[in-house]
Amino acid sequence: MNLFRLSLNLLRRDWRAGEWRVLLLALVLAVGSLATVGLFADRVRQALQQQAQSLIGADLRITSTRPLPSDYRQSAEAKGLQVVQSRTFPSMVSFGEKVLLSEMQAVEVGYPLRGKIEIDGENVGRVLTRQDGRVGLKPDLQNSTIPVRGTVWVDERLLRRLDMQVGDEVGIGALRLKVAARIVKDIDQSIGFASFAPRVLMNEADLLATGLVQEGSRISYRLMFAGDAAQVGALKAALQDKLSSNEKLEDVRDARPEIRTALERAEHFLGLAALTAAILAGAAMALAARRFVLRHLDGVAVMRCLGAQQGQVLWLFANQFILLGLVAVVLGGLLGYATQAALVESIASMREAALPQPSVLPLLKAAASGFALLMGFAFLPLLQLRKVSPLRVLRRELGAPEASAWLVYGLAVAVLAGLFLWHAGSLKLGLAVLGGLLVGLLLFGWLAWLLLQGLARYSRFFQAHWRQAFNNLARHGRSAAVQVVALSLGGMALLVLTLVRGDLLEAWQGKLPVDAPNRFAVNIQTDQFQAIQDFFKQQTLPVPELQPMVRGRLIAINEKAVNADSYAEPRAQALVEREFNLSYMAQMPSWNEVVSGAWWTPQANGELSVEEGIAKTLNIKLGDSLTYDVAGSQFTAHVTNLRKVQWDSMKVNFFVITTPELLKDFPTSYLSSFYLPPDQVKAGDALSRAFPNILLIDTGAVIAQVRSIMDQIAQTVSAVFLFTLLSGLAVLYAALLAMQDERSHEAAILRTLGADGAYLRRLHIAEFAILGAISGLFAAAGAVLLGWVLALFVLEISYQANLFIWLLGIAGGILIVVIAGVLSTRKVITLPPMRVLRTDY
Amino acid sequence: MAAIVQAVGLTKQVQSGDQPLVILNEVSIEVEAGESLAIVGASGSGKSTLLGLLAGLDVPSSGSVLLNGKSLFNLDEDGRARLRGELAGFVFQSFQLLPALSALENVMLPLELAGNKDARQRAQASLQQVGLSARVHHLPKHLSGGEQQRVALARAFVTQPKILFADEPTGNLDATTGAQIIELMLELNRAQGTTLILVTHDENLARRCSKQIRLASGQVVQ
Repeated sequence: MNLFRLSLNLLRRDWRAGEWRVLLLALVLAVGSLATVGLFADRVRQALQQQAQSLIGADLRITSTRPLPSDYRQSAEAKGLQVVQSRTFPSMVSFGEKVLLSEMQAVEVGYPLRGKIEIDGENVGRVLTRQDGRVGLKPDLQNSTIPVRGTVWVDERLLRRLDMQVGDEVGIGALRLKVAARIVKDIDQSIGFASFAPRVLMNEADLLATGLVQEGSRISYRLMFAGDAAQVGALKAALQDKLSSNEKLEDVRDARPEIRTALERAEHFLGLAALTAAILAGAAMALAARRFVLRHLDGVAVMRCLGAQQGQVLWLFANQFILLGLVAVVLGGLLGYATQAALVESIASMREAALPQPSVLPLLKAAASGFALLMGFAFLPLLQLRKVSPLRVLRRELGAPEASAWLVYGLAVAVLAGLFLWHAGSLKLGLAVLGGLLVGLLLFGWLAWLLLQGLARYSRFFQAHWRQAFNNLARHGRSAAVQVVALSLGGMALLVLTLVRGDLLEAWQGKLPVDAPNRFAVNIQTDQFQAIQDFFKQQTLPVPELQPMVRGRLIAINEKAVNADSYAEPRAQALVEREFNLSYMAQMPSWNEVVSGAWWTPQANGELSVEEGIAKTLNIKLGDSLTYDVAGSQFTAHVTNLRKVQWDSMKVNFFVITTPELLKDFPTSYLSSFYLPPDQVKAGDALSRAFPNILLIDTGAVIAQVRSIMDQIAQTVSAVFLFTLLSGLAVLYAALLAMQDERSHEAAILRTLGADGAYLRRLHIAEFAILGAISGLFAAAGAVLLGWVLALFVLEISYQANLFIWLLGIAGGILIVVIAGVLSTRKVITLPPMRVLRTDY
Repeated sequence: MAAIVQAVGLTKQVQSGDQPLVILNEVSIEVEAGESLAIVGASGSGKSTLLGLLAGLDVPSSGSVLLNGKSLFNLDEDGRARLRGELAGFVFQSFQLLPALSALENVMLPLELAGNKDARQRAQASLQQVGLSARVHHLPKHLSGGEQQRVALARAFVTQPKILFADEPTGNLDATTGAQIIELMLELNRAQGTTLILVTHDENLARRCSKQIRLASGQVVQ
């Protein structure tokens, strides 16, 4: 008990003297960084899980792109299950002059079978309420589960974007419907930030009159079932054998697997990014622990002299250590919580999605990781304190007992490897990232060391204080290299996220010609062909080319059936599981290019042209025969050429094109892309009003959407990398402190030899400026390299590094390091030399 | 009276480059309880090494030390620490106070390490004895050299040790302060009947001890 109090006492005093500050700061940053990512991912995951329960609005659901056979419904009803159906499709919604692409869902009474849609609005059914003796009216949410005929319920986004209110009338297809309520909490939809279009819920009975259900319309048919578990289980088993290839059976567990996978990947990536901060924090902790040990050698020697046993010394410091760890974990947790909360607040779609509060699990994970770092990087040096010889009280020249370097580095790497494996969730990924990172860091460090040694060689050409600064840095080459690596890593991350990202986006967008199409028109019917052409002529716009489109599903290659199980790659699985758009034409579009084989002659038939990328993914070769299922009938044809397609040309492109005779008799709709000049945007709205069934997609809006998603990702990544930069600064701070005693000693000697404060200040500024310039240079080089890799291999564009990156990198590096350095060494200059020299050892 | 400190054939030899360097050569001494022994000699004569070995702070190359009848070097490092805690107090040239602890806490330290429950009261009493009751909560850096050495004396005597080891206790003090410290130390020594083993350059101080040995090149010459 006494010892515990003593260790608390020591901790309190050491804390006041700033001994624990760096260790605590580094640990708080590491835990904060990991907690931010963990909590953020947890909230999104929880939102998904919560949604999963009401996500499909039923216990079981069949989804299909074609009308579902009526016997499904009959057999379920015969088994005593409740059944409702709905149809979901994209459509334009108009209000006044404004038109907006929305996701419509037409539902019948009884929907939803599970979960509840929350609405508020003026015109829904009302019931009498009594409160405090007063009688009032409130919306009857229980009894009006779906909009009554002639009305729709819409979500907040639609109200806002069309600038309308509950009670207004909107145009949907040929009908005008009244907005009866605002949907507060929806079910059976994609999660807020993942969904593209606002939601409109309408009564199934109104659907036909809208005229939106036509050949080729992109309708998703859903049949929903609810009942007790045994009934549902029996139905599921019975249905599973009957399903055709385009029908998908889902229960709650299957909900949104693609988002789940994406989230897991994002979490792993961000987790690994957060660990970069943890590595740096580890370095700062190791430096701080070493300094702590050096500064406590005398004290421990005295205690040993006064009868303290090794166990007592260990216990004394272990107590402090654990207490410090606890405080750091709590502070780091709070920091992580605040950061993720700020992050969610700053991203509009996240804010709107009203994510649930995070669970405590990610905090525990971050805390455990923090303690592991503390053990891996700081405990072993501290453990050495118990071995301090009591003889040191008489002979101060006795140094610190050294642990084996193998043991120290080995433990640190083992802890890091463990953390990477844990956070990466995969042995291969974890080891690859850790290995790559360590090799990169060592390489960077080696280069920094080399540069410092080289500069010191030529220091004779500089003024005295610069000369001494170069020599000092070269003398502390290893420590200086660690600081350069830490700072440049953080700086690099920031440069990539600010300058490089902007440059890349601009370069990517700059690839598009000015008059590249900015509108897609989808779902044009054959009988609208002439009217559309007339419309464009009337608006004095060039008449766009209309491409036929038929939806079909690949079912066999070379007469061998294919399904998801035939492929290992998730993308290939997704491609064979769904229907995709086929087209037929005699002439190849001018923006396509044949890369192998030859385009067909006008007389040819039974031939296919496949886009080279999808051919590779699905392992399709020239000469292969492909069998497609289109609206229940099948055809087989041979691949006679592979095409290269410019996907980012913003023109209409198809994976698979056939010779006309194969598809022309199937139900066909048309699509087109065209350029709408900014001064004729209204023509687009007019087109939507004139042809309500046509979906007009603003690709400018899509680009804006992509950009906004990229911004959101960048914001998240920036938040994580901010921790990297802060940890880099913590390393700098720790290194400055580690050198402080020596620096004080040196300054005292220089002052006794006649150096004044101004000289010492110049010397220190020179040292920090060199350190900052090299760090900035490395940060800029890393950022340019990364930008180049991204441009070449991901965006496939050429990348011209912005000269500003180098300037900003170097100038920013100098500024940050000089300010931090001068702040931490100002005491060294003002301390009387005698005091330093007398207490030195 | 039985010897409380008995050293036989103490030799300390270290490797200096390729050559073995003998720091202490076959030194044997005996000190009886209540006696005071001054170890004098020039710098590098081995005084501090001898003191370190007598207190079990270091291990000899050969030879043995019995403290209160217990053989020091038959014990392990922790055993020697425990024995020091029970028997010995220390005063050093450079005071060796823990900078992070107040005067009171520094004096409490050996008591707390020994698990004493009334550490605070005893430490306060000890500080009063050395005339520092007004400065108990000061940190070492806020005390003068003489005051720091007083704290060190209070810490040395608070456990009522049987033996006090002192290494140049006035080495860092001016003559007047040094003289005051010596008086205080000898007084406490007398009052508690402590055995004193003292390393010093100060011939006057040495003369006030009941026994003296002089070292030269690691050997007792007088």
